[in-house]
Amino acid sequence: MIADALFYLFSVAAVVSGLFVVTRKNPVSSVLFLVVTFFSLSGLFVLLDAHFIAAVQVIVYAGAIMVLFLFVVMLLNLGHFEGEQTDFRGALGRFAAATVSVTLLALVARAVLGLEELGGQGVVAESLAGAPDPVGAALEARGPVGAVAGPLFDEYLIPFELTSLLLLVAIVGAIVLARRREP
Amino acid sequence: MGPVTGAAFGWITAAKAVLFFTLLMVVVGMLVLMERKLAGFIQDRSGPNRVGPWGLLQTLADGLKFALKEETLPDRANKTFFLLAPCMALVPATILFAVIPFAAPLPTQWGLVEVIVADAPVGLLYVLAIASLGVYGIVMAGWSSNSKYPFLGGLRGSAQMISYEVGLAMSLVPILLVAGDVRIPNIVAMQQTFEAGPDTVGLWLALPLLVSFFFFTVAGLAESNRIPFDLPEAEEELTAGYHTEYSAMKFGMFFLGEYAHMLTTAALITVFFLGGWDIPFWAGDNIRVLSDGTVIGEPAAWKTLLTFGAFTLKTLLVVAVFMWIRWTLPRFRYDQLMDLGWKFFIPALMAYIMLIAGTILGLESAGLQPGLVYGAVLFAVNLAAAGLLFFVLDRGRIIGGGAYRSTREGRQKRMWREARERAMAAAAGGSGGSGTAPEGG
Repeated sequence: MIADALFYLFSVAAVVSGLFVVTRKNPVSSVLFLVVTFFSLSGLFVLLDAHFIAAVQVIVYAGAIMVLFLFVVMLLNLGHFEGEQTDFRGALGRFAAATVSVTLLALVARAVLGLEELGGQGVVAESLAGAPDPVGAALEARGPVGAVAGPLFDEYLIPFELTSLLLLVAIVGAIVLARRREP
Repeated sequence: MGPVTGAAFGWITAAKAVLFFTLLMVVVGMLVLMERKLAGFIQDRSGPNRVGPWGLLQTLADGLKFALKEETLPDRANKTFFLLAPCMALVPATILFAVIPFAAPLPTQWGLVEVIVADAPVGLLYVLAIASLGVYGIVMAGWSSNSKYPFLGGLRGSAQMISYEVGLAMSLVPILLVAGDVRIPNIVAMQQTFEAGPDTVGLWLALPLLVSFFFFTVAGLAESNRIPFDLPEAEEELTAGYHTEYSAMKFGMFFLGEYAHMLTTAALITVFFLGGWDIPFWAGDNIRVLSDGTVIGEPAAWKTLLTFGAFTLKTLLVVAVFMWIRWTLPRFRYDQLMDLGWKFFIPALMAYIMLIAGTILGLESAGLQPGLVYGAVLFAVNLAAAGLLFFVLDRGRIIGGGAYRSTREGRQKRMWREARERAMAAAAGGSGGSGTAPEGG
């Protein structure tokens, strides 16, 4: 029962603060509401017994990326004055945003509601159909960290290494862009 | 007697949370007095000695002053964030205490009570996650004050904390390699026995992971913004840094937050490197509760009390060292701070992690289990690494102040570099300039 109450608490917090992220005009408010969203998501992960993902969610997103966002907002010193143009609001931008959100919503709705149509293929469908719980078994066998690390360094080693290469490329690219040019 | 289960578990956990929070706040208050007394001792003066016997009530008087002074709110400040910032500074430092085990499990009429608020399955990661949130209070205070000095302090604080978080996290990786677990009570239990059996006296990780211990202490000092890392509030440059505009209780919360952060860092050092609540050279305190409810060892109330004393003593010793450092060392220059974080900590820690991983691989392929020999080999490797670190890698760079300065080779290198740069500038600009001779400097 407590778990149910916590689930609704975190879900509502995530959705409401997610809405505030897009509706606030002050960029610092947006950033901080995004932090609240990440925290609520992390709470939901804990309820799913995914402790490792929950901790990493906070370490990576709330602790590192959002601090960097806030740092940039502060460096530009935005948000202190009314009427500052801090967002892009053309008609085209709104149209694009609406298209993307409706498409995403439709996809999620299809995944959740269309269980029979998917024929038990999706993760949601499988767990609702009372299928054996592979996640629980992995947690039992390898602990909260091993359940993630095992497949990552075993089955999915090549995609994992390729992702790190991608990040390296991004870092080098950023350095090239930011480097002082000789005149 | 098994661990507590059912409804009693909830009530006992709530009681523990309240009890430990109160304890933390009282100890933090006393730390302020301890710092002032210690400063007095180091500077050969008495320190506070007027309020109460030996000045013991000084903290109470300070607290009263915080509560009675005028609360100011700058005209141009962003009100919401200005009020939220002190809370954001205090909360992470206090909730970190939830995953720290203070003592051996206590037997009660409801069952065996573990002396830890929340035995999180990913305790070590929780520590890193919450520690990374400490920066929000500083950033928000700096930004919302809408004033020059707090703003600069906030920028410095966020840059510093992002930089040193990496070092903090990486210095914990060797612990994971040796302990193979992220649950904090298991890390303590590992140090109590060093996996060699329930009757051994154990080995604290400060010895087999000496270099890690050093790096974690320094990074922890940087994360809690104390001298020599207190750049965000450097008085001489920034008035009072990010909390310049704060007064009365709001300032008091930053103040408490700083001391709570220091206490937390000291407790973490104790738990990860100094054996937690382990009493050295005594196997009677090797009590642990396994995840399936089995109890190893013989819990007793007096053992809980004794181990709690050991934990407190170790933590306060680390705190005293922090204070000693504060009243001894001067502050870093900002570029030195960044150089130390990015150019020294991270490469050195990467090399160190590889070294430890290699050593453990070698030990395990030689068929050695954790035990006395295993610990001795790790200690020898660490001693060599520490020697390399302090006497070869660092000579004249960080401690001597600035790269390429103190040594003869350093001066030579600097001359070569400057000459090369001049030559490149001359070649690129085509202005002729003052020649390209390498011995021009």
